[in-house]
Amino acid sequence: MMKKYIQDLSVTENIRLHANYVLLKLTPTGSLPEMCPGQFAEIRVDNSPATFLRRPISVNFIDKKQNEIWFLIQLVGEGTKHLAQAKKGDLINVVYPLGKGFTIPENTHLKTLLIGGGVGTAPMLYLGERLKSRGFEPTFLLGARSSKDLLQLEEFEKYGKVYTTTEDGSQGEKGYVTQHSILQNERFDMIYTCGPKPMMVSVAKFAKTNGIECEVSLENHMACGVGACLCCVENLKDEGNVCVCKEGPVFNIKRLLWQI
Amino acid sequence: MNNPVMTASGTFGYGIEFADFLSLEQLGGIIVKGTTLNHREGNPYPRMAETPSGMLNAVGLQNKGVDYFVNHIYPKIKDIQTNMIVNVSGSDIESYMKTAEIINELSGIPAIELNISCPNVKQGGMAFGVTAKGANEVVKAVRKVYNKTLIVKLSPNVTDITEIARAVEDGGADSVSLINTVLGMAIDAERRRPILSTITGGLSGAAVKPIALRMVWQVSKAVKIPIIGLGGIMNARDAIEFLLAGATAVQIGTANFIDPTVSLKVIDGINDYLDRHHFESVTDIIGALEC
Repeated sequence: MMKKYIQDLSVTENIRLHANYVLLKLTPTGSLPEMCPGQFAEIRVDNSPATFLRRPISVNFIDKKQNEIWFLIQLVGEGTKHLAQAKKGDLINVVYPLGKGFTIPENTHLKTLLIGGGVGTAPMLYLGERLKSRGFEPTFLLGARSSKDLLQLEEFEKYGKVYTTTEDGSQGEKGYVTQHSILQNERFDMIYTCGPKPMMVSVAKFAKTNGIECEVSLENHMACGVGACLCCVENLKDEGNVCVCKEGPVFNIKRLLWQI
Repeated sequence: MNNPVMTASGTFGYGIEFADFLSLEQLGGIIVKGTTLNHREGNPYPRMAETPSGMLNAVGLQNKGVDYFVNHIYPKIKDIQTNMIVNVSGSDIESYMKTAEIINELSGIPAIELNISCPNVKQGGMAFGVTAKGANEVVKAVRKVYNKTLIVKLSPNVTDITEIARAVEDGGADSVSLINTVLGMAIDAERRRPILSTITGGLSGAAVKPIALRMVWQVSKAVKIPIIGLGGIMNARDAIEFLLAGATAVQIGTANFIDPTVSLKVIDGINDYLDRHHFESVTDIIGALEC
């Protein structure tokens, strides 16, 4: 298990990608700890009376050169709206790296497909970069409501081919990620996915039906983030209730009790 | 005890989950997760709702049972140089007794905290903690088989907590800790559904502090045994208020989720307060409320 830290990180950039999304780039005083794609941080929200708990946010990217960690934040409630107001130089307290991330196979010839939907695309960027640097040729399949909701496409393109779907057909193929033609035209050995649960369930169903290894990143509501409060549990096949924050958030679909 | 600050059951795991953030031996004690005789799966997800200045939980005492604790967890925590206290829960008097008896044999566990106040389990738990007779019976029974320090954790979900505290003192408890969570509820209006799978759950966090303080103060007038105060302590000032109200020690609970190092800050803050007000020891401020 990786050592966890509690640190004040300084905001180097806060980029409004979209009305509902910001990209926060943060840097510590020392060097960033080692972390895996799929891991997350618990971010403290200061001066927001309506927010009591930290917000668990997945690692979007690690920029080693700049010593920066990126968080892609969707503005869903008071807490995330407050975080989105951070200004350059502000200090943000994080507990990280938490949880277990995605598995990177030994065999670099395996064809990997990274499927992200909505804010669930966030961990796929860092995963794509890690896969590429290990010698894989990852393929990305990113889905959103419409073209303006497809974020960081130019970043994804640095690490592999990018395919997109939008529900309104404004970019890429019209429909859901699981309806994209790439799934029929190419054969993949490993699928990683993160996004809304119905999307992950249909991705898992596709992977299971086609005998493809598949890992999903769950977003169960958390309090502590370190496996102490037992609030974010997922009921697994042979293991019963386990903490998503500690044993996950990434799980192989074989362990889940989903009806797929 | 080297200081009066402990961490509350269910908020600090078995301590080891927090070892990266602080040296555990600096704490006055760690009350580990509620342990029952048999394995318990707990309640279904969702188990948590964030509420104004607090949170509701409905975990339902998920744990792998006392045998698993003895064989797999105890060996990992027995050498942590602080008071490692096990929170014990049950569904009937026999299961409380059996669990306590097994833990009595563990030399590295100097005390148990008897949980007669969990609002999230159907049988037992709070059922014993809401009547003076039930509380007295279970404490008496456990006292017969447990000969180390016996702390009893009280429920705030009662009409008169002093009556329960006295019954527990009469039953042979060495100390009482209070309060456990306050029964509450959260609703998702958009979906017209309760947020928790169990509909109701236990409220903790800053929101419950005034209730907890009031109860600690009331109980301190009613019993002679020491009181451990808890409920919404977020910082040193909160902890000092509990000591002034009559608590001999305090537990930090939900605040651990927001700052895993909060307990050490509370210890330092109490020492600063003692220096600033020229008190020699923390015992000088226990029950020192002037009213």
